[in-house]
Parts: sequence; C-alpha cells; structure tokens
Amino acid sequence: MTSYILLVLGAVLVNNFVLNRFLGICPFLGVSKKLETSLGMSGAVIFVMTCAAAVTWCVDHYLLKPYGLDYLQTIAFILVIAAFVQLVEMLLKRYVPPLYSALGIYLPLITTNCAVLGVAVMNVQNKSGFVESTVFACAAGCGFALALTIFTGLREKIERADPPRAFRGVAIALVTAGLLSLAFMGFNGLVK
Amino acid sequence: MITSILVVSGIGLVCGVALALGARYLSVEENPLIGTVTELLLGANCGACGYAGCGGYAQAIVAGEAPPNRCPSCTPEALAQISAALGIAPIEAAAREVALVLCRGDDEQAQKRFVYDGITACAAAAAVGGGDKACRYGCLGYGTCLRACPAGAIEMVNGVARVHPELCISCRKCVAACPRGIIRMVPAASHTHIFCSSRDPGATVRKVCKVGCIGCRICTRLAEGAITMDGTLAVVDYKQPLDNEELPAKCPGKCILKV
Repeated sequence: MTSYILLVLGAVLVNNFVLNRFLGICPFLGVSKKLETSLGMSGAVIFVMTCAAAVTWCVDHYLLKPYGLDYLQTIAFILVIAAFVQLVEMLLKRYVPPLYSALGIYLPLITTNCAVLGVAVMNVQNKSGFVESTVFACAAGCGFALALTIFTGLREKIERADPPRAFRGVAIALVTAGLLSLAFMGFNGLVK
Repeated sequence: MITSILVVSGIGLVCGVALALGARYLSVEENPLIGTVTELLLGANCGACGYAGCGGYAQAIVAGEAPPNRCPSCTPEALAQISAALGIAPIEAAAREVALVLCRGDDEQAQKRFVYDGITACAAAAAVGGGDKACRYGCLGYGTCLRACPAGAIEMVNGVARVHPELCISCRKCVAACPRGIIRMVPAASHTHIFCSSRDPGATVRKVCKVGCIGCRICTRLAEGAITMDGTLAVVDYKQPLDNEELPAKCPGKCILKV
C-alpha cells in the first residue's frame, strides 16, 4: 500500500509530468486560458492516460516482449493509442453522451500527446506490473490536471494585469510556467 | 525481421478493423440538417443567440427549440436558405440591434476627481473609490468593452468608448463587460439617442459634466411619448417613432444627439 501512495505522490508532485519532466507542454499552454476548457482537458488527459497505459502494457507484455521486439515500442504504442482513443470516442458518443460532450474536442486532441506516450514508455522502463502501470498513469494524469489548473488560475489573473508591452501574451505565460516549475522543484526529495 | 513486420502490420490491421467495425456499428445517427444549418450560420461562434456556439444553435434550430432568426450576423439570404432547408415558412429577420454607449462625457466634457494610475481595466478603476470620473454613471474609458468586442467595433474617443454601429455584430459582450452597465442595445434603424445614464439630480450632473441629462423634461414634451422619464433621467422608448428633428438643438444638457 505504502509503495502505491509513494508512487502517486511521486507522479503528482515530485516528478510532475508538465513541470518537472516537461511533457505535455502544448495543451498546457494551449488550453490554459479559461478554467472551463482546462478542466475539460484535464478530465480527458486523466481518462486517456489511464486507459492507454493499460492497453500499452498489454501490447508490450503479450506482443512485443515475447518476440523480443522492444525496439518497436514507440511506433507500436502510437499506433495502439491513436486507434484506441478513436474507439473510446465512438463508444462514449454512443453509450455515455454526457461524458462525451464534457470531454468533447479534447479527447481526439490528445491521441498523440507526448505525455500519454511518455507514461507508456516509462512504465516499460520501470518494469511496472499491470496495476502499478495503471495507477501511475492515473496519478500522472492527475499531476497534469493539477499543474494545468494552477497555471490557468495564474493566467486568468495575468489577463487582468498590465505587463510591459514586450511581455504580453505568450511571453509572460512562458515566464509564469517557468516560475511555477521552479516552485514545483521544491517538492524534490519528498519521496526518496 | 519477418516477425517485426508481421507484428506491426498485425497491430495496424486489428486496429483498422476495430475502427471500421466501430464506425459501422457504434455510429450515432445525426440529423444531416444540423450540418447544413451550421454551414449556413456564419460560424463566428459569438454566442449572441444564447447558445455556446453555432453548432449548438443549429442543433436547437433543427430540434425546433429556437427560431432561426436569433443570429444577428445572419444575412437575409442565409436566413431564407435555412428556412427552406427546414421546410418551414420563411421567417423575417429580427430587427438588427447595435450596442450604444450611453455616455459622451469625454475628457473635455466631464471632470475627473483624481488621477488614476492603476490597471487598465474599467472594473479595477471603478474599485478605486468609485472610479476617477466625477460622474458615478460615466464611461470610465479604460477599454474593458473594447477588449471584450470580438468584432473590433469599439473605439476609444477622447477617453470615452464609442461603438461603430456598422461593425457591431450584436453579440452583447460589451453590454455584459461594462462594470457601469451603461451600454445598451438599440435598434440600428434609430439614430436619435440620449447619451447619458446619470440618475443624479440635475444640479449634481451640471457640476461634473457638460453633456449630461439634467432632468428638465423638455425632450419628453417634444418627443410626444417617445421619451419617458426614469427619475431624473430621460430615456428613449425605441418602440415609438422618434422623428422630431429639433431635439438635439433643444436639449439644454446637450446630451441628445443624432448619429
């Protein structure tokens, strides 16, 4: 049990995907202007990451490992994740329309997000088991959601501030992201 | 070598077949009309119709929940096409409305109580002791509406916002954005307006602004019912015809203008 708590804490705070590993930066900057959209994106990322980790673990364990095809990891994972997300989208649209409309456009947007692929590859590198992989992926998604929500709050504040002309827009957003990342460095050493 | 080719093509094949089956058996039937109507709407997603975007509005139109004439940017031709696609009697376009800033108390006409040097936003300025403008109802001029306008129809003239009616897309974003609530939607066909929102008594208005309504009621008599008094403020009733050409010249407060 303790190892799972440490795993979750590590993925959410210490090795936060966005702020510490710098994965998934594009949605981090792209959809962080409004709290509503960032929450939708967060939900979609948590969902896709968890499912994708489960699927890729199976592919790796039952298909790639037995035949010694580890070097095909990247292409096989991308292939599987992309197809899987499309399928999930259809399923949701048919059977769970409220969830589909809540996640909306964000679901297909993150099919080939680097954070999703990153989780899959990291699970293989860490030689995690099935449950461990899924928990780690879900925690990583939550870490992404946390970072995105905080960042959106900051950006909404900046929107009303009056930065120097040269800093307006993306420039000040990038500076803020850097500072936020520095703040998260403070968690280093929390989990050994 | 062979295994790797087989495995990757196998994964691809399985995924492809799964997707094809999914598309075949899981697809949700969508009324093709929704697509047609969405294309006929402009796709500006401005939200003036009250729906989140053109897609949502198109869905409501097809479902019969909303009339097709709520889109202010829709041309009469497009409206006719939508009615034809739906198979209903052509609906007349709703009268176009444009936003109007009910204040002309610019830097020359209206007085300021102090020099405001804070965040460039009207709400922020209003939070500092009620704003720098001496009139509690005046346009603060820090451009909150200008930034809210998706059509770029608002211009700051001498410290007061002014809407260019020909550019206005009637989305009402400025009406919601103005912390003083002095932007109003008026029919585009009307040209005579009272450019003042002050509910202060005439003496107070005179002290702080050269172009404010002092509540003298002269215009109510000249307009024959098209202008009514709301306390000490004269308000145009746009449902009545207002065609008295003398009004702007006769207004002692100089706040009635023909534009």
